[in-house]
Amino acid sequence: MKIVFTAKGKEWNSPVDPRFGRTEYFFIYDDEKNEVSIANNADSSKEAHGAGPKTAQKLFDLNADVLITGNGPGENAATVLNQTGLKIYVGAGDMTIKDAYDAFKNDKLPLFKAKK
Amino acid sequence: MKIAIASGKGGTGKTTLSVNLASYLSETFNVTLIDLDVEEPNAGLFLNGKKILSEEKFKMIPEWVKDKCTLCGICQEVCNFHAVIQLGTMILVFPELCHSCYACSELCPVDALPAKQKKIGDLTHYKINKLNFIESKLTIGEEQAVPLIKQTVEYVDSHFKDQIKIYDSPPGTSCPVIESVKGADFVILVTEPTPFGLNDLKLAVETVRELNKKFGAVINRFGAGNNEVIDYCKKENIPVLAKIPDKKEIAELYSKGHLLYKEIPEVLNELEKIKTFIFNEVKGGVK
Repeated sequence: MKIVFTAKGKEWNSPVDPRFGRTEYFFIYDDEKNEVSIANNADSSKEAHGAGPKTAQKLFDLNADVLITGNGPGENAATVLNQTGLKIYVGAGDMTIKDAYDAFKNDKLPLFKAKK
Repeated sequence: MKIAIASGKGGTGKTTLSVNLASYLSETFNVTLIDLDVEEPNAGLFLNGKKILSEEKFKMIPEWVKDKCTLCGICQEVCNFHAVIQLGTMILVFPELCHSCYACSELCPVDALPAKQKKIGDLTHYKINKLNFIESKLTIGEEQAVPLIKQTVEYVDSHFKDQIKIYDSPPGTSCPVIESVKGADFVILVTEPTPFGLNDLKLAVETVRELNKKFGAVINRFGAGNNEVIDYCKKENIPVLAKIPDKKEIAELYSKGHLLYKEIPEVLNELEKIKTFIFNEVKGGVK
């Protein structure tokens, strides 16, 4: 299973980025291969508009199974992510990636539900 | 002649000044007042007008035609606003992000993104005695004020030539304000003598200077707060066109939706000063 975290850094003890569209990094953990990889999303900070859909598109290309984030994607990004079958967990905004992963494993993170 | 009434800070009295100045000037001249605060127009609360006409306003957004699409990806590459996104074998369009630039529609090699109309608001024309009043109201859920403001200004330019036009602008200093102010011959910045008023006045001054506009300040609720706004205007050589006094009587009349200058001579006097200043400043503007 491929798990993606919105992240402010590249380490397990880095904080989760509570924002979706303008997250600095994607921290990608493949728990079958026990492999970590990083995707940089820093260019989203330059977007005046539409950072959410753009970031969602990047995430789509990563082919992940699970997204763990803080506040949850906005409406536009959620529209994109709804097409992907990705499971989105929120509420990890003030955790480190490691803590967020443990919380996810113990079913402590709420599942995000899009409005539409 | 086009006069934009703007402010950095909200609630300083833009609409109060707009409706009073427009009504006052319309006693002598041909005047059109335009409420460009399309997200929350409120000038109409002070004007009991007769509705002349109402029309719907639209913007154009692309609509994906799946059967024609070859998934070449040009549309999402040319969109600066990420309003068109390709996901695998799907193209998603986000109407709220679209700025109607037509790039995707025009550059699609197989015409799979034709532009379609989407309603963004309503424009209504009222008449109050001699005064023409145009109000545009953004449709609920529509995020962009600029296209409606632009169409409203265009409508007024083509329908009301040779009139004094007064634009009641939105607050702040962002795109809707730029759109409202950029065609004006003169900008009145309404402020109040408080630290908030001063802070936002400075932002508004930076904005109109960037746009190379002639402008002056009107201080509302003069006598409240402190002297910092006056001192700042002096230091920056910004003409203070008028000072509307801080009076309970004014607040009471305002809360009833009355025009102030008809009942308070001091306000009439300040409007006269504004008129004299602007007419001197904008030469050949009045016909």
